[in-house]
Amino acid sequence: MNRNEALIPKLGVVTKIIQETPDVKTFHINAPEGGKLFEHMPGQCAMISVPGVGEGMFSIPSSPTKKEYMEFSIKQCGCLTDFLHSMEEGQMVTVRGPLGNHFPVETELKGKNLLVIAGGIGIAPVRSVINYCLDEANRANYGTIDIVYGARSKDDLVYFEEMQEVWPKCPGVKVHLTIDRPQEGWDGHVGFVPNYVKELNFSTDKTVIMCGPPVMIKFTLAGLMELGFQKTQVFTTMELRMKCGIGKCGRCNIGNKYVCKDGPVFRFDELDQLPNEY
Amino acid sequence: MLKCSISEINNLFSAISGLRTLYLPVEKAGQALYGAWTPQARLCLDKLNTVKSPKDLFFPQSEDLVRFQREGKKISIEMPDAIDEKFVLFGVRACDAKGLQILDTVFLSDPVDTYYAARRENGIVICAACSEPEETCFCNVFGIDATEPAGDIVTWTVGDTLYWEAKTEKGAEFTEKVKGVLEEASAEEEASVAAQNESVKEIIKQLPFADLNLEGFDGDHLLEKFNSPKWAELSKACLGCGTCTFVCPTCQCYDIRDYDTGHGIQRFRCWDSCMYSDFTKMAGGNPRKTQLERFRQRFMHKLVYFPSNNDGEYSCVGCGRCVAKCPISMNIVKVARALGEESK
Amino acid sequence: MQEIIEKINELFENGTVNRVLAWKTGEFDYERTPAVFTKEDGLDGFSYDSFCAANLAKYLILETKKEGKIAILAKPCDTYNLNLLIKEHRIDREKVFILGVPCRCKIDVEKIRAKGIKGIKSIKEEGDTLIIDTIYGEKTCPRQEAIQDKCLACQGRTHVVFDEKIEGGEPANVEKIDRMAEVEKLEAMTPQERFDFWRSELSKCIRCNACRNVCPACTCTTCVFDNPASGVSSKANTDTFEENMFHIIRAFHVAGRCTDCGECSRVCPQHIPLHLLNRKFIKEINELYGTYQSGEDAQSKGPLTNFTQEDAEPSIVYTKGRV
Repeated sequence: MNRNEALIPKLGVVTKIIQETPDVKTFHINAPEGGKLFEHMPGQCAMISVPGVGEGMFSIPSSPTKKEYMEFSIKQCGCLTDFLHSMEEGQMVTVRGPLGNHFPVETELKGKNLLVIAGGIGIAPVRSVINYCLDEANRANYGTIDIVYGARSKDDLVYFEEMQEVWPKCPGVKVHLTIDRPQEGWDGHVGFVPNYVKELNFSTDKTVIMCGPPVMIKFTLAGLMELGFQKTQVFTTMELRMKCGIGKCGRCNIGNKYVCKDGPVFRFDELDQLPNEY
Repeated sequence: MLKCSISEINNLFSAISGLRTLYLPVEKAGQALYGAWTPQARLCLDKLNTVKSPKDLFFPQSEDLVRFQREGKKISIEMPDAIDEKFVLFGVRACDAKGLQILDTVFLSDPVDTYYAARRENGIVICAACSEPEETCFCNVFGIDATEPAGDIVTWTVGDTLYWEAKTEKGAEFTEKVKGVLEEASAEEEASVAAQNESVKEIIKQLPFADLNLEGFDGDHLLEKFNSPKWAELSKACLGCGTCTFVCPTCQCYDIRDYDTGHGIQRFRCWDSCMYSDFTKMAGGNPRKTQLERFRQRFMHKLVYFPSNNDGEYSCVGCGRCVAKCPISMNIVKVARALGEESK
Repeated sequence: MQEIIEKINELFENGTVNRVLAWKTGEFDYERTPAVFTKEDGLDGFSYDSFCAANLAKYLILETKKEGKIAILAKPCDTYNLNLLIKEHRIDREKVFILGVPCRCKIDVEKIRAKGIKGIKSIKEEGDTLIIDTIYGEKTCPRQEAIQDKCLACQGRTHVVFDEKIEGGEPANVEKIDRMAEVEKLEAMTPQERFDFWRSELSKCIRCNACRNVCPACTCTTCVFDNPASGVSSKANTDTFEENMFHIIRAFHVAGRCTDCGECSRVCPQHIPLHLLNRKFIKEINELYGTYQSGEDAQSKGPLTNFTQEDAEPSIVYTKGRV
């Protein structure tokens, strides 16, 4: 009998750990025999588990174009993530994936100017899109890319090096960083993401990809509406409690949509048709 | 059509259990529950509803998924045992048989739940047509014919005779194997079955919930139903227990947990209830904070979300278990009536 | 019932309360759901009769946190739980008006069904007989045989706390049982017999938590069994020991506080006689520390939360004179 591959995980090995911020680490995960565990699309997720500790859904921040390994950027905020943060290189974990839908990089985002907005650890799922679009093979398919990213402080900006050294040097890419409060050694913008987005006064010829804390999403969306954007132009990615990851265990639904299977990526006009229960 | 005398039914059961494990409603500490047949078992064949539905036989309340060993940084996976018990389920009512079809739409859709699929494959469902419906029955509302259940084999009891007819290939094959203890029914006897079925259908038309109208319970009215002010009153007395969920033949939500056995980590899944406060609880909060939201989720799932995703099919079969068992006498019928009235 | 309705309307009109916690009729003749009736919406669907078995006391924990004073209809047995909730500061006495209502012992429809009576359309009481109209014709059943187990064990209690009390008509002609005799029957078993009895009963448990959620003594905000870090699952039996554990731990937790209201057994979908676990504790406590009835008053210290020099000191392996 062919057993349930969807519920039985694969083994993965943590091959590298990068301390991104005081409470976020990025883990490189490979198959035990080397290489990637599976292929994915930008925005898809995977269930990572340490048996006996827990299992949790995490987005895959590395681009599918990254051939050597998969990355997971994880914020320490609970039982499982505490354990993951205490791991050393060489530790095994279990992985199930890829799960869920993905950002429509091959359809609705194709040929568009992109505006990527993220707050805090919300940068993780959208980073996959950025690096996918910036990949040599794909770059011609997308227009300009504006990245607005905010965090509580400079120290909380995830992928800081990439933000400063890699992305701004790519043609057609602008990175707009902001932190919540003034800080010594920071000469960039200070203020919350929603206000910064309005200040930057983006033209509406862009398709927006947004991820961050609920309050940021709420006010940024309102700001975008003021600038004249339509909800059909704005994509986000959701997170609810999940167990199975395949739309059967019944807990991550928003109305008749399961976030783990029909999501996590939704367009805001789709969310409007669903109950406000998330 | 074949037949067998009720007084000699243990001959039939003995023949069946010689071929496969036979599960049927038996009495356990005063309650009717599906259990394995033994010559000594106290049978509850005339009981309409077992406390737990037969879904347990395909989707057990608790089952092991996979085992792990952890040693230092190493983890190893121990695949679960094959699910290979061949069994027969006898006495399944039309509502519960339909319940299995509803579970099929969930568990057999892509990606297939192989645990459930294996048991569906291994099991032969022998249904029992109803002859004495209860006041809590409302299977007709969902287009179910209590006298023609959807099983591999269907049985009807008229007087002291059990009539038997295979309905699927699987059922016909199995019938061949137990034919020795069955006899051919005469044309008059077949007519008596048909006559009883007609009179049962008449009774069903008279049942108190027979007229339950589910117009407006569909995806088009999703937000209207969700935002109804009626939920507050309907959910007010709800204890937040899982009785309705766990006796329901179609509730399929589950939890996955790890248990340290001392000899490894056992990952198991178990039935879960959207009525429980921790069902959607996350490190960062809970989108369903009060019993109102949890109560609403259960009924919205059955009456709106499920049909909107499955061509109008409701995730309720009108078995009446929740109606009879709810500690505070709140149920899907009251919910449907309250919300239905509103949209008129 | 008329007298009760008049009283409630009076309480609404003179502004004593703005809502009342009582029972509401349902789809079936015998169905009663706990409900809060407000002054504005009136008493539509209100009912008080032989089917109002549910103990409403626990609902007051949430209700007394709301604006204004609420009236509760309390049967004599329910008032013991009200006292317990008052004693444990779970409800604010100032925010509740306790209206005592008489009780003639409640009817358990499941007992009627267990007699093989199907398709119940209506149940009428005529003296000591129930006239049951069913889809399959009229049936009768002696009232005595359909009385809730919890009522059979109630030793003719009276209201122990109330603001006002409505006196009942004729008392019910119900033959009660010796509630401790049931426990003695278990005590007389050999350990193996007793273990088998409980395994057979408790293995039916479906972990619905109805017993816990209905229990007016189970008032923890978060139950230990709902703690994900507790290593137990509140929903499934990771091993057969756990279903025993759940019920035994619960019995321990309400020991000395349980009023023997019998709600746990009444709501159990599998009819597990859970009250016998609690009653065993009551019997032990009575024998060790003197007869004690939880909820009889709202002040006295419970036998297990009070220490006196004279207390019996049973060893952990308590043999009670038997070897």
